[in-house]
Amino acid sequence: MSSPARYTPYHPRWHRRRVSVWWWLEKGSYTVFVLRELTSVAVAFFAVVTLGLVRAVAEGPDAYQRFLARLGTPLFLSLHVVAFVFVLFHAITWFNLAPKAMVVRIKGKRVPDAIVTGLNYGAWLVLSGAVAFFLLRG
Amino acid sequence: MPETVTLSVTRYRPEQEGEPVFQEYEVPFRKDWVVLDALNHIKDRLDGSLSFRWSCRMGVCGSCGMKVNGEPKLTCAAFLSSHLPGPIRVEPLDYFAVVRDLVVDLTDFLHKLKKVKPWLVRRHEKGVAEGEYRQTPDELDTYKPWSMCINCMLCYSACPIYGLEPGFIGPAAIALAQRYNQDSRDQGAAERLEILSGHDGLWQCTFVGECSKVCPKNVDPAGAIQQYKLAAAAHWFKTLLPWSAK
Amino acid sequence: MEVFSSDVLVVGGGGAGLRAAIAVAETQPRLRVAVISKVYPMRSHTVSAEGGAAAVIKAGDSLDEHAYDTISGGDWLTDQDAVEAFVREAPAEMLRLEHWGCPWSREPDGSVAVRPFGGMKAQRTWFAADKTGFHMLHTLFQTTLKYDVIQRYDECFVTRLLVDDGRCQGVVAIELASGKILAITAKAVILCTGGCGKVFPFTTNAAIKNGDGMALAYRVGAPLKDMEFVQYHPTGLPFTGILITEATRSEGGWLLNKDGYRYLQDYDLGKPTPTPVLRSMELGPRDRLSQAFVKEQQKGRTLKGPYGDYVHLDIRHLGEKLIDKKLPFVRELCLKYENIDPVKEMIPVRPVVHYMMGGVSTDIRGATPLPGLYAAGEVACVSINGANRLGSNSLPELLVFGARAGASAAAFAGDQKEAAPAVLAQAHDEERRLEERLQRKAGGKERVATLRSEMQRTMEESAGIYRSAPALEKAAGELRTLQERFQAVALDDHSYTFNTELTSALELSYMLDLAEAIVHSARERRESRGSHQRTDHPQRDDERFLRHSLAYRGPEGVPRIEYLPVTITRWPPGQRVYGR
Repeated sequence: MSSPARYTPYHPRWHRRRVSVWWWLEKGSYTVFVLRELTSVAVAFFAVVTLGLVRAVAEGPDAYQRFLARLGTPLFLSLHVVAFVFVLFHAITWFNLAPKAMVVRIKGKRVPDAIVTGLNYGAWLVLSGAVAFFLLRG
Repeated sequence: MPETVTLSVTRYRPEQEGEPVFQEYEVPFRKDWVVLDALNHIKDRLDGSLSFRWSCRMGVCGSCGMKVNGEPKLTCAAFLSSHLPGPIRVEPLDYFAVVRDLVVDLTDFLHKLKKVKPWLVRRHEKGVAEGEYRQTPDELDTYKPWSMCINCMLCYSACPIYGLEPGFIGPAAIALAQRYNQDSRDQGAAERLEILSGHDGLWQCTFVGECSKVCPKNVDPAGAIQQYKLAAAAHWFKTLLPWSAK
Repeated sequence: MEVFSSDVLVVGGGGAGLRAAIAVAETQPRLRVAVISKVYPMRSHTVSAEGGAAAVIKAGDSLDEHAYDTISGGDWLTDQDAVEAFVREAPAEMLRLEHWGCPWSREPDGSVAVRPFGGMKAQRTWFAADKTGFHMLHTLFQTTLKYDVIQRYDECFVTRLLVDDGRCQGVVAIELASGKILAITAKAVILCTGGCGKVFPFTTNAAIKNGDGMALAYRVGAPLKDMEFVQYHPTGLPFTGILITEATRSEGGWLLNKDGYRYLQDYDLGKPTPTPVLRSMELGPRDRLSQAFVKEQQKGRTLKGPYGDYVHLDIRHLGEKLIDKKLPFVRELCLKYENIDPVKEMIPVRPVVHYMMGGVSTDIRGATPLPGLYAAGEVACVSINGANRLGSNSLPELLVFGARAGASAAAFAGDQKEAAPAVLAQAHDEERRLEERLQRKAGGKERVATLRSEMQRTMEESAGIYRSAPALEKAAGELRTLQERFQAVALDDHSYTFNTELTSALELSYMLDLAEAIVHSARERRESRGSHQRTDHPQRDDERFLRHSLAYRGPEGVPRIEYLPVTITRWPPGQRVYGR
């Protein structure tokens, strides 16, 4: 006996809608999502600037002064401001989403999301405070 | 409160039109009517040719998912009064092929559901005479939210990744896989991880988070996927250790 | 038309159907088994069951007690051999389901938890929060995905059973997505299509509960047993019919009339106590509670609302914490569908049709009198529910009799030959009939929805909680007229693709046949028993009516009623007593 025909539904002319390349503008939350993803560019920008700073230090005091002067130009200052806003947005969205991914259990009960988020913000404040203390002390 | 409200409903009859079109209907407005009641009124009294799925009318069968004013909703839980003023747009769910009017094709999801092995995997089955597998209420709470999925597909309709990459296994299927992974009685996590760490699995998700927002049962598929990612990454790191068993 | 074949074909993908398919796959792995359903299996109405599933598992409980509660609850119309098999096999089936992953609620020590339920003398109702049916169905559905041998035909609407050579040999169905006609030949067919609550206007049942399988069997000569026994659930929301689970009462809810009085104490159901007492007051059996409502209504002590009369279900005294833990779904339903918070307000409720005790007549193996045709679940009448079903018995019934029907059908199928060409000739006839119904334009002037509401109105008025001979006669006449008017039904939709108007028309024709079976069976049963109450025959009459009614379809379509004795083994008929 030949193998029996396997049933598959027959589908004449089903309509497939195409996803527009501007899909991310169609809904507010999608736009926020794309901006959140773009904050990685700002993070990369700060990383590159820091690497440039390190190289300038390695090349000696003159190179270092030239680098600092370049950072002080209006163009770089505005780039820094924009990047800072993006990185702030990055941090806030990250902390708010953290409890979704990181589930902390104490004695079998789940720690409420607000506490996990709060702890993250708290740690951020403490670390920022410590860095500011060391930088501004001298 | 108005006497009537207008519904603007997607119509698609493959024998008649090449593309979906909108058709307007005026239906009575009642304070306790939901969009589904309005659709039934249209079908019963105005135009019997409107096709849509529905069954339980109480948000547990998952049949009546559609887009109401652009948002994926269960039409049995979408009050007309929350969507005033009209016209209220009723469309089929996004990212699925439209079969007819408000009916979309769900075979892709069923195929993906089967792929993730959504059943209890045991190395040794217990006989019925030995009684139940013990599971404390806390262990049950670990996976309970993910067991509440009614397969309504609103999450797929909200997920732009599923729209852009139709091969993506998708929020509900991965949440159901995680439901079994986290079930204390299950021993199939390794098998599921093999399947879900592939190209169209876990890592396609970029945590847009829309799926959890539209889920009518608070299943939180986004949370399931992110936690699964952490577990998968931890597992991968462990396999790098020289003493791990492969 | 496309032709497929299978060895066992299960019609209906709910709890019973999926359990039957698994039973075939496990007992006879070499057989081909298929499940055909007009909706995706997870949409089946099993999904909406809330309260729980009864099985004897705790110390201090016994099979005999479960059997006695079931038999007395059924007002002695239950077949006791079937009940004995049922209570014996229920615990094993429920444990099997647990082994398949069902998330039963637990005691702190990890064992399965049970709760009290109406009509049960001991606590034996297993539950999964208040979504037991949902979890059972999804567990079963996800477990069937394990078996590659189970072929599914999703969204295919069965329109006819194929019968040749004295046995059932398959079905004809419409593939909804494309409108194509399928003929599926099979060596055994198992009907698991559920009940027909949509014959009535106020019902907890979903849109899909139109009695498809009952009508299909009826039309090929299988009898429908005990159709007059229609169970009303005493607490449903007035507009939507949404069920407010019995568990609300087992956790301690009170039923109050318009004066805030716990009126059940007036109807021989015990005395009011602050905490619930099993088989007393609000935990009495469903038929007695629904009858109490009608009596209150006649006394003018119910409240009047835009959709009919109602009373109040009060759970405010249970407190928010308990409600969110044990009855979260109830709170969600009230908020989402009637904008009422049961923590602060009383819930408006009224009796709504919930379950059909009657159905396709089967024996305790799930076999109907027609060889090759089996049935299990609400579509069948074995009978373990008799004249009134106890809450939390129908979910284990799906498992026990789904498994039995699956195993019996598989054993039968193993001995049968493939279908003869005569079977396919019948299928072609059916294809022509459907084509004609779809395309008919000229002359038709009746709308499906109009006829449906008239049928529902007739049934509620004349075949509701209280019945009488004149009302039933009138209903029989009205239904005959509706059957004739149905011949003139016209469709707006002539498309082949996902034509739900055509399926609504076919469903209406099923329901009209079943409505007639209900009304005629009710008219012939001149006694009151369980959920069948006759104002003109208010007493139970064991001498003449301790028998099952069998409705056979007559040549003109009018039902012919015969009788079948009830099987009594160890429990001679007694009085149904509650609250003492």
